[in-house]
Amino acid sequence: MSRVQNTLIESVRKVVGWVPERWLPGGTPDPLIGRHGAVGTQLAQLDGPQKVRGAARFAAEVPLEGLCYAALVNSPVTRGRITRLDTAAAEAAPGVLLVLTYRNMPRLGLVPLMGVTNLGAVGNSALPILQDDQIRYNGQVMALVLAETQQQADHAARLIDLSVDTAPALSDFQAAKPEARTPASILVERNEQSAGDAEAALRQAAFSTDATYTTPGHNHAAIELHGVTAHWTGNRLVLHDATQAVAPTAAALAKLFGLRREDVRVLSPFVGGGFGAKGFWDHQVLAVAAARMVDRPVRLMLSREAVFRMVGGRSPTEQRVAIGADAEGRFTALIHTGYSVMPPYSASPEQYTLGTRSLYRAQSYRFGQKHLDLDIVPNTFMRAPGESVGSFAVESAVDELAHAMDIDPVELRLRNEPETHPLTGTPFSQRALATAWRQGADRFGWDARSTMPRARRDGEWLLGMGCAAGNFPYVRMPSGALRIRLTRDGQATLSTSAQDMGMGTATVQTQHAADRLGLPLDAITFEMGDSDLPAAPVAGGSSQTVSIAAAIAAAASKLTVELLRLAGNASPLAGLRAGEVRLAEGGLVCIEDPTRRETYGDILTRAGRDEISVTETGAPPLEIFKYAMLSHSANFCEVRVSDVTGELRVTRLLGVFDVGTILNPRMAVSQLRGGMIMGLGMALSEEVLFDERSGRIMNPGLADYHIPAHLDVPEIDVTWTGIPDPRSPLGARGIGEIGITGVAAAIANAVFNATGKRLRDLPLTLDRLIGAEGA
Amino acid sequence: MNPFTYRRATTAPEAAAAAALPGHRLLGGGTNLVDLMRKGVEHPETLIDVTGFSQQIELTPGGGLLIGGAVRNSALAAHPQVRRDYPLLSRAVLTGASAQIRNMATVAGNVMQRTRCTYFADPAASRCNKRVPGSGCDAQGGFTRYHAILGGSSACIATHPSDMCVALAALDATLHLLGPDGPRALPLSEFHRLPGDTPHLETELRPGEIITGVELPPPLPAMRSAYRKVRDRASYAFALVSVGACITVENGHFAEIRLAFGGIAHRPWRATRAEAALRSGPATPEAVEAALKLEFAEARPLDGNAFKLPLARRSAAALLAQLIGETA
Repeated sequence: MSRVQNTLIESVRKVVGWVPERWLPGGTPDPLIGRHGAVGTQLAQLDGPQKVRGAARFAAEVPLEGLCYAALVNSPVTRGRITRLDTAAAEAAPGVLLVLTYRNMPRLGLVPLMGVTNLGAVGNSALPILQDDQIRYNGQVMALVLAETQQQADHAARLIDLSVDTAPALSDFQAAKPEARTPASILVERNEQSAGDAEAALRQAAFSTDATYTTPGHNHAAIELHGVTAHWTGNRLVLHDATQAVAPTAAALAKLFGLRREDVRVLSPFVGGGFGAKGFWDHQVLAVAAARMVDRPVRLMLSREAVFRMVGGRSPTEQRVAIGADAEGRFTALIHTGYSVMPPYSASPEQYTLGTRSLYRAQSYRFGQKHLDLDIVPNTFMRAPGESVGSFAVESAVDELAHAMDIDPVELRLRNEPETHPLTGTPFSQRALATAWRQGADRFGWDARSTMPRARRDGEWLLGMGCAAGNFPYVRMPSGALRIRLTRDGQATLSTSAQDMGMGTATVQTQHAADRLGLPLDAITFEMGDSDLPAAPVAGGSSQTVSIAAAIAAAASKLTVELLRLAGNASPLAGLRAGEVRLAEGGLVCIEDPTRRETYGDILTRAGRDEISVTETGAPPLEIFKYAMLSHSANFCEVRVSDVTGELRVTRLLGVFDVGTILNPRMAVSQLRGGMIMGLGMALSEEVLFDERSGRIMNPGLADYHIPAHLDVPEIDVTWTGIPDPRSPLGARGIGEIGITGVAAAIANAVFNATGKRLRDLPLTLDRLIGAEGA
Repeated sequence: MNPFTYRRATTAPEAAAAAALPGHRLLGGGTNLVDLMRKGVEHPETLIDVTGFSQQIELTPGGGLLIGGAVRNSALAAHPQVRRDYPLLSRAVLTGASAQIRNMATVAGNVMQRTRCTYFADPAASRCNKRVPGSGCDAQGGFTRYHAILGGSSACIATHPSDMCVALAALDATLHLLGPDGPRALPLSEFHRLPGDTPHLETELRPGEIITGVELPPPLPAMRSAYRKVRDRASYAFALVSVGACITVENGHFAEIRLAFGGIAHRPWRATRAEAALRSGPATPEAVEAALKLEFAEARPLDGNAFKLPLARRSAAALLAQLIGETA
């Protein structure tokens, strides 16, 4: 499949490359680019007051008559076969309604894995859900207990007596390497790519670095736990879910349970953080099945431990980055290869080499990733999958080379800025990383950095500065649908099934719709989070903002055509075509002669209509094949490291982002800063403790999985180049993930500058700084 | 969690009597016990709430301070006399947990809290000699960053997680206990046991005994004290290593020195060997280094926590250097 996919994608890229620009989306820049309307203002998040008052209702808070509660039993072993599953005591416990095991679970098919060749699919795991006596990973669900109260369910779950005939498990990263698989493709890219003889060029290079970097498993740690409330009425299913994929979840459940798509409704108006974790996992299926069996609404909220055990996280990686350079610092070789864990039943390839492929110009390249097959809860996408950990490796390596050459690390990067995509030669739609570097160096006071490590000190604390680039691709999903309903009183309602995980989708699209339709903000209502609305794709790859923006633009074009048709011959607009008018000031205005105009209300009134409604899908995202479209960041950081204890404290962070048009500065700052804090956590302390002896996660909770505490987070300065992307809707690119990229490398590089110690393994804990000898 | 009965005790003797009954456990703020019940580590049938008495902090006739067992950690840390005369205690308490947890947690509960060994906290899948004596220890060869380098045994390498107790050990605090045979007192540094072959026996508390209070001796004149907690996350994390020290220096010599460590042993570790080596001797970095070397001579670090040996020595040396500097 992957090889076919490579050929297909490369053919599309080739064909689209020949197609004249003006025929493609983005070929003619969006007319809203550069307009100073509602877009670009600091509108506060529209659902903010609801959330502050506690009035926003999340999936596990929906009250329903007759609700009962589920608890799960997760496997304590990694591989094996259940030999005894005694549920009698649990069934006899007070309040218990049902104990669901593989013996009485309805026979269901497998959930198709999400992927670039199946954009409608939503599965994170291709393993059967409670269908047989096999245990395939540690934490797999063994049973579900349903009771009148949560406490009764939790108690009864402990009474289930389980015996397992254990089997040998694959849980050792290093031991699995000889059996590593080499996939043909990584997402839409050919996996192994090379130009020239990079290894030979490396050997002959005037300067070089060649090192191995490791990153541990990570957990998304969203504040809201995964929860669902499932409710059947006859053959109709309603699922209140916390999901990044409202419509695809409804489609997957319909298929799995043999229902008509219109008989399944998934509601997810609020999601308390997703970061890739709020996808389709076993718990939705279990709750739906249980609700059907007892014919009552079911609440299933995972414990934090269960989230660690049965919702996958980011894979660990072991990466090699080697760079060769000539005497002037121009890269002659760039190699980025490595290993991550991806069992065949997982959907996420942790694409850590993809960002590197467009980051620098080099005379020769070699890229490729290998997958290890371990018996783990299927790993999944987590904020900037790939780029987050990949940027740690490559941007540490660039810093190592800069130090070896005694060149300023910013300058070394500027010398290797590519003019076109280094592998394909495709033009960048917009790339101002060099601008971001210069802007950031100036703002941060980079010239105060000592080029010599261990040169700055404050008492026992060593001070250092570091920097690193980040990048993240522009993604726009095909097939996002959206409806615009315009009423005679000049109000517009925009509807799409899409989901808001807290990033402010409804707010920015309200701003966008106001400009696109020429209406004031208070005339716009934006509905989302409901699979009965026109179907939008999964929110992933930082794609949702531009995907919805494209759908609004397409629907507005269709609306224009329909309105002109309705306007008829009595209108001042009579005879005009869609291309000759624009939507402004609450109606249609002739571009050539602005005195020819009519309001939406007048058009509808004359036509005897109360409203008009159009549904349209965004144009296919062909611009991503014509141009190299990526966001970039320049990260700067200052740290203090105790020369006594090795404790590391970050004192300043700056991110300069080249991400296209900023739609709402207030929310953009918040989202970018949030990403940087996640990068800080990755650098300082986040690590899933996977015990390779047993295959079990040993820190399944926030007491032991350390995300940054307030005291770890310094003031974070966020700014941007503000240059629109001429090829994207609104000139924007998604900003959900770019914030995390590059931060860990910037911190590690600052640690080197402070201490002279090069840490190539995350997290940057004090034991790695002081060592066993205390040197 | 299993069903359980909840009762409030209104006096110390009532609580002590209830504590002797099988299946009964005393409940302070619940910040540790309730977590362990949720995890299936603890299964009490009856919880006796002991937060309704012993809530005072009082001056003792000798000029010390008597802290009731049910005093909340936040109240202890904020108490003016504690802040003035025993600043390291206030400091130590404030480095622990979070504000919300400190508002709930009690002094006696803090003393009685159990190890945060992640294998101990995983009854579903991990072996632990504390939970099931004789079953084995999965921490050995596992993740041991938070485990002991001193006083461990083949049966158990867990650490006591308290910050408060390290400060109390350095302050020479005494625990007041009440049991079937009446009240008795025990130095805090003798209260927690080393694991040996019986890691499930964690303290010297006898059946039917409760902690009614903690007594601090009067502050020494011209005493300097400090607490330093070392950890990767800047707050809301247990100590990898912590050090508490009280010293008085006269003519460049230690007149008194009390030194205690946290995060390195099954109990708050009073560094008696180092103290003995330093007491009355010169207050110099060389003397401190030699004494610390002596203190850790029997340390048995593991693969995963070998860094703690230099970390503990360096942290203590830096702390003592700071205190000596303050006395100069």
